[in-house]
Amino acid sequence: MSFFRRHEAAILGGASVLAAVSVWEAAWQAGWISPLFFSGPSAIAARFREDWAHGTLVADMAYSGQNFALGFGLATVAGVVLGVLVGWYRRLRLLVDPFVNAFYTTPRIAMVPLIILWFGIGIGSKVFIVFLSAFFPILVNTVAGVKALDTDLLRAARSFCASDRQIFTTVAIPGSVPFILTGVRQGVAHGLIGVVVGEMFAGNQGIGFMIAYGGQTFATDTLFVGVAIIAFAGIVLTWMAERLQRHFSRWRPSR
Amino acid sequence: MPKLTIDRVSKKYRLEREARDVPAFAEVSLSVEEGEFVAIIGPSGCGKTSLLNVVAGLLPFEEGRVTLNGRDVTGPGVDRAVVFQHPSLLPWRTVSGNVRYGMEMQRRFDRATMRERAERFVKLVGLDGFQRQYPSELSGGMQQRVNLARALAADPDVLLMDEPFAALDAQTRELMQAELLQIWAESRKTVLFITHQINEALYLADRVVVFGARPGRVKAIFDVPFARPRPLALKRDPRFLELEDPIWQLLQEEARA
Repeated sequence: MSFFRRHEAAILGGASVLAAVSVWEAAWQAGWISPLFFSGPSAIAARFREDWAHGTLVADMAYSGQNFALGFGLATVAGVVLGVLVGWYRRLRLLVDPFVNAFYTTPRIAMVPLIILWFGIGIGSKVFIVFLSAFFPILVNTVAGVKALDTDLLRAARSFCASDRQIFTTVAIPGSVPFILTGVRQGVAHGLIGVVVGEMFAGNQGIGFMIAYGGQTFATDTLFVGVAIIAFAGIVLTWMAERLQRHFSRWRPSR
Repeated sequence: MPKLTIDRVSKKYRLEREARDVPAFAEVSLSVEEGEFVAIIGPSGCGKTSLLNVVAGLLPFEEGRVTLNGRDVTGPGVDRAVVFQHPSLLPWRTVSGNVRYGMEMQRRFDRATMRERAERFVKLVGLDGFQRQYPSELSGGMQQRVNLARALAADPDVLLMDEPFAALDAQTRELMQAELLQIWAESRKTVLFITHQINEALYLADRVVVFGARPGRVKAIFDVPFARPRPLALKRDPRFLELEDPIWQLLQEEARA
């Protein structure tokens, strides 16, 4: 296979991004873009370097990263554990189904003002918003995974006197992994929305605050640095989730 | 005292939509001696698999008693292990991991013993060298060997086999039958074996129980007189064919009824 065919995705994708950025930068250099309403690649890069050297950017990234990591970590643990239980025990499912459906379809953003009333404007409200955003996709997908389990495997486990706990850890959770990871990927996307929105609403730190502040002060370059960081975080986290998915699917027949 | 006693056991299924019960089998009695190999043969839908699941403790029943070693069967137990019709292997575990699975669930052996037994039974079923493969990388026959090794490694008193070779091609099936007899000759476990193939039942078993359908019941029991070890060529022996005939007649009646 030729070099081009082997790296087709990287070459074509890279070329298209490079072309778009070049056109954007040319338009910026030509003065066709008002810095009040938009920005240019070189200005964004310069703002990034400056804020980075100053240390404020690192502090904002650390703050947002911590909010996201705490909320998302709690959501993953709670979503998988509760998802297995709700998927397994039919009566429990009937009890919680109305609430899960209501929360899953309501934009969690609608809850943000209430959450700020509960937890204040500090880290607590941000972590909880991320948690709430990521929890439901993970829960709903885990429940679907447990409901779709192979009944032959469950019967085999029972025939060897497996306890419910043993069935959860040896059949239900590993068998639901493809579903769980689909939920985790959706949870990443929803959790990132949660962290940005949470910081926009209240507080004076984080990437979300940086974006909101940039907009209010017509500092479009600052605003774009924040958007780029969130986009980059989304790409990296999705890539990690996909790697995880592939790691857990190595027993599948190769396609 | 027999190893396993099934005493006038009946099992019904509920048809919710028609709001009535359908008997799977009725008033079935059978006793199996220690170390005996008993095959149950019958047309599909005659309740023979339900009977096996009742003995396995996987299916509740309404009437009668099932006793094993003199104790009532009320659920699954470490004294039994099932070889399922479908391999039912955990796809995310390797061959060794699957063979260990039954022992892990039963928690009767320590870690080192489990590892040692898994290795021994993987070799016994002829899968040495495949320990680290995943089920999706194995043929149907090899998956069924893992299924068998998993049950044997759990060291049950009674082995319950539910048409384990039905999904295999004819050549693989004969090979597996011969190997099963070799393995069985070493361990002399008590075996209850479900099948719908006359020559499989006769080749493997000490006794063949013929099941009738609607509702499932014992129609006849045949003693199989052939000495062991039995070569595969036995299936071509005129005396073997002679024994096939009355069983074939009985199953024909069932099919026509």
